[in-house]
Amino acid sequence: MPAPAQTRVIFKHIDEPGYTNDLACYVRHGGYEVLKKSLPRPPADLIEEVKKSGLRGRGGAGFPCGFKWSLVDRKSGKPIYLIVNADESEPGTFKDRYIMHQDPHQLIEGTILSCFANNVKQAYIYIRGEMPEGARILEKAIAEARAANFVGPNILGSGYSCEIFVHRGAGAYICGEETGLIESLEGKRANPRIKPPYFPAVLGLYQCPTIVNNVETLCHVKHICDLGGEAYAKTGTPGNTGTRIFCVSGHVQRPGYYEFPAGTITMGQLLNEICGGPLPGRTFKAVIPGGSSAKVLRFGERYKGKRKVGADMVDYDWGVEDVPMDFDSLAMIGSMGGSGGVIVMDDSVNMVEALANINAFYQHESCGQCTPCREGSLWMKKISSRMVHGQARKEDAALLKSVADQIPGRTICAFGEACSWPTQSFLIKFKDEFETYAEVKKTLPADRLALV
Amino acid sequence: MNLKPETYQRIDEVITHYPVKRSATLPLLHLIQEDAGYISEESLLWIATKLELEPINVLEVVTFYPMFRRAPIGRRHIKVCRTLSCALLGGYKTCETFQAEFKTSLGATSPCGEVTVDFVECLASCGTAPVVLIDEVLHEKVDATKARQISAQIRAEAAAR
Repeated sequence: MPAPAQTRVIFKHIDEPGYTNDLACYVRHGGYEVLKKSLPRPPADLIEEVKKSGLRGRGGAGFPCGFKWSLVDRKSGKPIYLIVNADESEPGTFKDRYIMHQDPHQLIEGTILSCFANNVKQAYIYIRGEMPEGARILEKAIAEARAANFVGPNILGSGYSCEIFVHRGAGAYICGEETGLIESLEGKRANPRIKPPYFPAVLGLYQCPTIVNNVETLCHVKHICDLGGEAYAKTGTPGNTGTRIFCVSGHVQRPGYYEFPAGTITMGQLLNEICGGPLPGRTFKAVIPGGSSAKVLRFGERYKGKRKVGADMVDYDWGVEDVPMDFDSLAMIGSMGGSGGVIVMDDSVNMVEALANINAFYQHESCGQCTPCREGSLWMKKISSRMVHGQARKEDAALLKSVADQIPGRTICAFGEACSWPTQSFLIKFKDEFETYAEVKKTLPADRLALV
Repeated sequence: MNLKPETYQRIDEVITHYPVKRSATLPLLHLIQEDAGYISEESLLWIATKLELEPINVLEVVTFYPMFRRAPIGRRHIKVCRTLSCALLGGYKTCETFQAEFKTSLGATSPCGEVTVDFVECLASCGTAPVVLIDEVLHEKVDATKARQISAQIRAEAAAR
């Protein structure tokens, strides 16, 4: 079956010749019209549209956006804050970068609409420290929008006021975790908070109700307010509505970003047809489907079971290439859609060395407040690095697995899962490679590409 | 502290963005580091006084976030992405090339004082790997050849100064 055509909604103007990131260009392309037509509506209507749309968060967890908004404590009398999570840092993910650099007003319009729907008067865009240019572009865009009265006091005469400020992070991955992000925005170390009681919807920024949404999610809100929730939900598949952006990197002919109606494309179509297949003379070996913490898939393995199609239960028997790229299908086969970051590895890659690279990342990024994660990520890194750079032993495979198995479920935030899933899945899917690495290493060329 | 008048202005402005002063810790650290090059003991204490915090509250932030540094570095900061997608396409080779070009080692400043070469974690541009952030500019698809070209460019700019 041929791959479906790309449907560019969020990325409509990305890389379009002549499209610039200033206000005039955005307005020429119909910008802020959705805001104009939405401001006279009751805010509750907009929340209803988002619920009807079935929009799921694009940051990684796929949590229903309308439901998240409905959890916000509106009776406390405290101000409600909205934070744009622009701390894009899950390895393999690079979609929000392009939205912020090339189409910042789309994000600002989506943010103001979301703020209006939720009666938010103050929003912050928490952007990664490593994107200084992105921060400047956003600040300039906000100033332009403010001058045109799309942001600030009494927006377009509606009586509704909202400010947006840009806040820069400083190189810590954990700030992508929403409660860690909130701590960071409060000027502290980004140690995630324990839930309960610190659900952001109730006790978030400055202990006030807070909504944290990903950049892409907020851009979708603009299109939902434009089309209406039901019309929006016609794109994609039930439970996976709208479009999905995939960021493909690693060993394919055409890495990059591709936007499709959610759930309509399979892994095989994405990698072989859209991305042009493996590099010359190579074959695909493994793929991480949703950012580096997602569990790895091994080409050649089969996934079998029953799944729901409409009202019926049907059998499925999939290879990696057959798996539809939606949140539910990827969860069903034991991995996740996550942030849409697809990292492809071909047969030139030694999986021990690839895991050692990933483990070094998670060790560097653990915030250190929970012992299983701080110590576990450190030991996983030490063991896998020693295997590559020092002496490797057959029993290291079981040792690595046992460290990884003791982390998830024992930490305050999901980083415990994120850092152990790579090791767990690599050890299950490529156990032989870990057990024989000591021998295999002797035969590997000394000048091979270093991964760690 | 000997900062530009403009930096002091921006500091006073950014504090107004937050209902709680402490939130301005990261923005102040960024502004001061951009101006002074690093976070000195003096600036740490100055921020604490400015935001009505204990000095430890600022120090713990400086030591937590990888982007803040307590000592000066080279005039240019070369940050090579170390993470998987870049490594799969030669990120380590790119980093070695920069180190060799400037006769320096990882994390150290070159003898000429011009550059500091560092590895950093994912820069969120995996589709154009390997990537390198030099000061505030992202360079894409930087293989060894391109790393040598960029190095030559940096040397030429230094010579012209």
